[in-house]
Amino acid sequence: MATPLIEMRGIERTYVMGDNLVHALRGVDLKIEHGSSMAIMGTSGSGKSTLMNIMGCLDQPTRGVYTLNGKDVARLSRPQLADVRGRMIGFVFQSFNLLSRTSALENVEMPLMYQGVPGRERHKRAMAALARVGLEGREDHHTNQLSGGQQQRVAIARALVTEAPVIMADEPTGNLDSKTSHEVMAILQGLVAQGKTVILVTHEADIAAYASRVITLRDGLIIDDKQQTPIKAEVAA
Amino acid sequence: MNLFSTFRLALRALWRNKVRSMLTMLGIVFGIGAVIAMVAFGQGAQQSVKDVFQSLGTNVLSLSNNTQRTMGASGGAGGGASLTWDDLKALESGEVATIKWIAPVLETRSAQIVSETANWNTGVLGTTAVWFKIRSWDAAEGKVFDEDTGNSNAKVTVLGKTVATQLFASEHPIGQTVRINGQPYEVIGVLAAKGQGPRGDNDDTMLIPIKTYQQKLEKGLAKYIRGQLLISMHQDDQAEKTIAQVTALLRDRHKLDGDAEDDFRIRNPAEFAKAQQDSTERIATLLAIVAAVSLLVGGIGVMNIMLVSVIERTREIGIRMAVGAKPTDVMTQFLVESLVLAAVGGVLGLGLGYLAAYWGAGYFGWKMFFPAATAGIAFGVSGGVGVVFGLYPAIRASQLDPITALRYEV
Repeated sequence: MATPLIEMRGIERTYVMGDNLVHALRGVDLKIEHGSSMAIMGTSGSGKSTLMNIMGCLDQPTRGVYTLNGKDVARLSRPQLADVRGRMIGFVFQSFNLLSRTSALENVEMPLMYQGVPGRERHKRAMAALARVGLEGREDHHTNQLSGGQQQRVAIARALVTEAPVIMADEPTGNLDSKTSHEVMAILQGLVAQGKTVILVTHEADIAAYASRVITLRDGLIIDDKQQTPIKAEVAA
Repeated sequence: MNLFSTFRLALRALWRNKVRSMLTMLGIVFGIGAVIAMVAFGQGAQQSVKDVFQSLGTNVLSLSNNTQRTMGASGGAGGGASLTWDDLKALESGEVATIKWIAPVLETRSAQIVSETANWNTGVLGTTAVWFKIRSWDAAEGKVFDEDTGNSNAKVTVLGKTVATQLFASEHPIGQTVRINGQPYEVIGVLAAKGQGPRGDNDDTMLIPIKTYQQKLEKGLAKYIRGQLLISMHQDDQAEKTIAQVTALLRDRHKLDGDAEDDFRIRNPAEFAKAQQDSTERIATLLAIVAAVSLLVGGIGVMNIMLVSVIERTREIGIRMAVGAKPTDVMTQFLVESLVLAAVGGVLGLGLGYLAAYWGAGYFGWKMFFPAATAGIAFGVSGGVGVVFGLYPAIRASQLDPITALRYEV
């Protein structure tokens, strides 16, 4: 495709912490194509979380140009940013970030509510998304009644339900055992095969190995950017 | 995000914290309840004061001796009285055109009345036939004085309902004899029941003709009237004019100099009633203000809980923002929650206020008032309280930074 899904040029992010200026990102240039999978690696403090926040439209760069799907999003207002987030990006977090004491179905329906999708269609699409992550029959379970792996699958369903092209996964397996981690990675790889762009933030090399591209950050700059053949997650029988 | 979904969301969130929601609501319930009850009490009290004075008649003046002045300055033959029977004749002559009727009233506050079977202590009034017209009070049984009887020294009496009941119980009182100071009087009538008045039970009274009163209770025909004159006017709005003319006439008759103080006093019960009403109104307003303060406290309770709720649900707010909730969506959500709290509390408060008003009306024995306008206003206010006191927490919630909110650990 002509235009890349994500294009960043000279992205800088500076925080004021007390009397000090903290340069979390010092000029990041990055292009990500549609339907690819990429892992962002780096030690804590390297700027990988800041980069993900900006990429996910949760935060805005201090300087630089960020084009998402051909649209400049670096200078949008908060409501506009929320709208872009809702339509373009699905989040999967390390700590799942589901609403507790709320059913799996309601959690998955939630993003659609903010897009003004009517109730019946919301229900239909949420049920379909839950089916895609293998949670048929669990829709009425409250999230705190589900296992960690199941909760993360609910979170993935929530990221899928809006048909957003980008899935941002921040340490998605950080709270899971290795068997469940593989299952979750298998689902994410399946999404790439279906044309989604999956961006993983991780500090674990064996998780990064599932992606076809790995970039490494240190002190707010990309120090390594390499393509690789991803290992295949074994689909649980 | 549509309003219906927002309301469903709010109800669910409140339901999840049932106990807390209910306790928060209680503040509004009592606040609204208190406002309704207090306004109802106030209106009831005012109406009862009004009723009491209406029973006196609204176009009536009372003319009495200015005892303070006469005692101090002139003392003398009247024993504190300055009004004479000749003054009465002058006033009856039609010289003051606005006067319709005028009746002398001589009164003993307490006398022992004895029948064949019982005795009772009551006030005795000596007056003429027009008194009944002025008070627009008729007999329920028998008859009241006619003009001749009223001006005579006949030993007849008309009893108030209470006195009749006390002395004769179930017996028929007409034609029976009662004794005052050993003197027998024939009962010719029993007045219709009138109920409570400003000086207690209106029906705890008995009347005898004016001359009889002078001869038997005052022992002799004096020059001075040791009582008062009850004046009725043709129209309600003639009080001022009448007072001025009566004052001029009496000052002239009593030969009072330009700056001498009146030796009589004219009272306008309607004005007194107004003063009474004003004071009940002030008390009612005060009660309503106190109630409004309790509503304010309830509102602050809502704000407090909503602030706690925003902090507790910081993570939830972060999640909602991450999946596309705009600041206004978050704000609306919290605003609707506090609105629902206040509105439900308001409805329950209306019920409570109604019950309290009902109970109060029964307890104090006045008419039940359900201040519909106040109820509407109070309900509106409770909604307003929800919005006003929910606004600050809601704005705080909407201004949270999604990244910080997502990282927030409870």
